Amino acid sequence: MSSLDIVGVTRTFGPTRAVDAVTLHVPPGSFTAVLGPSGCGKTTLLRLIAGFLVPDSGTISFGDTVVAGPGVRPVPPQTRRVGYVPQEGALFPHLDVAGNIGFGLTRDERGGDRIDEMLDLVELPTAFRARRPDELSGGQQQRIALARSLAPRPAVVLLDEPFSSLDAGLRGSTARAVRRALAATATTALLVTHDQNEALSLADQVAVMRAGRLVQSASPSGVYLTPSDPEVATFVGQAVVLAADADGERASCALGEVSLLAPAHGPVSLVIRPEQITVRSEVEHDVGGTAGVRGVVDELSYYGHDSAVRVTLDDATSVLARVPGTAHPVPGDIVRLRVTGQVRAFARPVNG
Amino acid sequence: MAILALVPLLYVAFSTLLLGPADLWHLLARPRITELLRNTVTLVLACMGATVVLGVALAAAVENTDLPVRRLLHGLLVAPLAVPAFVNGYAWISLDSRVQGFFGSFLVTTLSYYPLVYLPVVAVLRRLDPALEESAWSLGHSRARSFRTVVLPQLRPAILGGALLVGLHLLAEFGALSLLRFSTFTTAIYDQYGSTFNGSAATAMASVLVFLCLFLLLADLRLRGNRRYARLGRGAARGRTPIALGPARWPLLVGVAMLVTLAVGVPAFSLVRWLLVGASTEFPLADLGAALAATVSLALAGALLTTTAAVPVVWLAVRHRGWASTLIERSTYIANALPGIVVGLALVVASLRLVPAIYQSAGLLVAAYTILFLPRAVVTVRAGLEQAPVVLDEVSLSLGLGPLQTARRVTLPLIAPSLGAGAALVFLAISTELTATLMLSPIGTRTLATEFWAASSELRYGAAAPYALLLVLVSIPATVLLMRHEKVPA
Repeated sequence: MSSLDIVGVTRTFGPTRAVDAVTLHVPPGSFTAVLGPSGCGKTTLLRLIAGFLVPDSGTISFGDTVVAGPGVRPVPPQTRRVGYVPQEGALFPHLDVAGNIGFGLTRDERGGDRIDEMLDLVELPTAFRARRPDELSGGQQQRIALARSLAPRPAVVLLDEPFSSLDAGLRGSTARAVRRALAATATTALLVTHDQNEALSLADQVAVMRAGRLVQSASPSGVYLTPSDPEVATFVGQAVVLAADADGERASCALGEVSLLAPAHGPVSLVIRPEQITVRSEVEHDVGGTAGVRGVVDELSYYGHDSAVRVTLDDATSVLARVPGTAHPVPGDIVRLRVTGQVRAFARPVNG
Repeated sequence: MAILALVPLLYVAFSTLLLGPADLWHLLARPRITELLRNTVTLVLACMGATVVLGVALAAAVENTDLPVRRLLHGLLVAPLAVPAFVNGYAWISLDSRVQGFFGSFLVTTLSYYPLVYLPVVAVLRRLDPALEESAWSLGHSRARSFRTVVLPQLRPAILGGALLVGLHLLAEFGALSLLRFSTFTTAIYDQYGSTFNGSAATAMASVLVFLCLFLLLADLRLRGNRRYARLGRGAARGRTPIALGPARWPLLVGVAMLVTLAVGVPAFSLVRWLLVGASTEFPLADLGAALAATVSLALAGALLTTTAAVPVVWLAVRHRGWASTLIERSTYIANALPGIVVGLALVVASLRLVPAIYQSAGLLVAAYTILFLPRAVVTVRAGLEQAPVVLDEVSLSLGLGPLQTARRVTLPLIAPSLGAGAALVFLAISTELTATLMLSPIGTRTLATEFWAASSELRYGAAAPYALLLVLVSIPATVLLMRHEKVPA
């Protein structure tokens, strides 16, 4: 295991800056998720690290070894010692499970018990050795692909949206099995994904990419609770973004007066998480008190454990609130909304 | 290699230019040429029409209805592919000399070539998602109307592709038409070449023939257009529920059975009859053995060279897409449209003018085979290489293997089956090739096809029979391979 350091890496394709001055530190043995919408350059970043592409500028190093950088001849992929788990696993169709896992091993290692060890690591029975890739489920293929990449003890493992082709049930269990295998071997890992739940639930560090740039890297809770801008907030989890006027500790917006996490002044954008908005029915509220802002329920998405409620306020602003599944309003109900807890404010550029 | 494939085209273009417009006009503006043009075009159009109607109707009957013994019928309907058209022509005319001229040729070529439409249409019908038709029914379309509005458009590429193959085969057909005494450009070029070696007249006719071939290719490209027929969504399609015909299936069965009788029964009967007649008089084992050995060694050399040549073409086309690689790949397809007679003529003239030493050498003959059959190898090998996506190479590199090791341990094992299939297809195509072999084979080299030809064109039908049998036997594996190839999902 070694750390992975990316400093100021840029790669352009024609006029497009697919990866634009990205700097990222992945500590040894940790798991980092690069999160971004499709086309944000996250896969290009991964291919640069793997050595399938060479950066235009910037430095990539594994521990103390610079594999690409100014004045350094780019180290070809086959000598970088990176494990690569592509989408859908890409198992070699002409080889059985043992042949796939042992592909990167020397003849002696293949004869030893490394292959059984790796099967054990990804929680599959050793009886799988003789299976062909087409006899495996999608989740099993992904586990074998991970075992194949880990077998030669790579410095870093790169995972390119490995769970996106799996169905919802398999995705969670496969992802956790992969996470356990990586933790057990203390392997430095970098996962590329567009799925925020995957990134937040698996990674030690989440790096959010947008249009080739790395906009924020922090712990999962750091990215969720203290997003660096309103776009990150809406991308990582749902958020209601409202214009407001701030006056020190408080600001006033369509949902009334709210208290701020940090003092601000003038026009700001507030980022409010749906679970911060409480919904009460009109009849429940005490007349005249701090009941909240009036609105009509438009739409209800019932998830069982909770429900998402879209409410149109009297001033036509549409907001999303999350309420417990036990008691939920129905479309057409008149409700009162209030913000609980503190809210993050971002300075809003004044234009006209 | 691609340049070699262009030699025939360049030859036709250059020699036509050298002739000059005045001479060319003089050679072409003759009643004989008008007659040949009329013969060729009517036969091609009539046969293309008939094979499309037969191929689609038979495919729909076998795939979409509950016709009895459908599996057996399918096998029998494909069987004519294993009988070279010239053998089929021999079978008919040796049975009844009235089968000749336009109608004889139309009958024999239609019966020989309808599987070229039938097979691809069956393949499409098999993987067509029944949900498409079901959606049409649920929108209120009748079965007949939804077949026309939903299924037929999906069949369009298969029908066009099949009809193009039929057209190109007919333009190139020499043996069957010559036996059935129907003159087209191909038979006339051969007569011209054989009797007087009148270079410029043969060349002028060859240029018309090439023009007709290219016209077919372009018409096919245009009709195909840019429409997309991809099946959206993933997962395997369900099987189709066949249409219950009720009592109507018996007349349909009789109709299909009659066709099978004409297409398979008649040639089989005729061949067996001549074998029995010939067995008492002529069964020259030594000659048969020598012809078989010559055929096998030529076909082996040709298959090896052709498949080897296909690999770089395919590699460029799949892994390094760009205008140059597309051009190289396409140029081999143009060669596919060139009849064996033109390739033969071009190589005869080119070798006599440029390198007389190689004229009538086995090497030149193998080169002609390579030009003729490179497209078949390219298609097969290409399908194989597309099963070996680049990401597998990348995984191999990331596991520490260099590019050469990756080629040996990943790419080669993955494309090996398609290399084998490509080589086998070329091998079998060469063993039944007649036209170029007649023109280019070294003196003293007798193959199954040329021996068969020598006997049957001298009306020694009994002597031709054992060679015909061997030609059919050699073609059977090719047919099986082709059918397997059709089943590979696109």
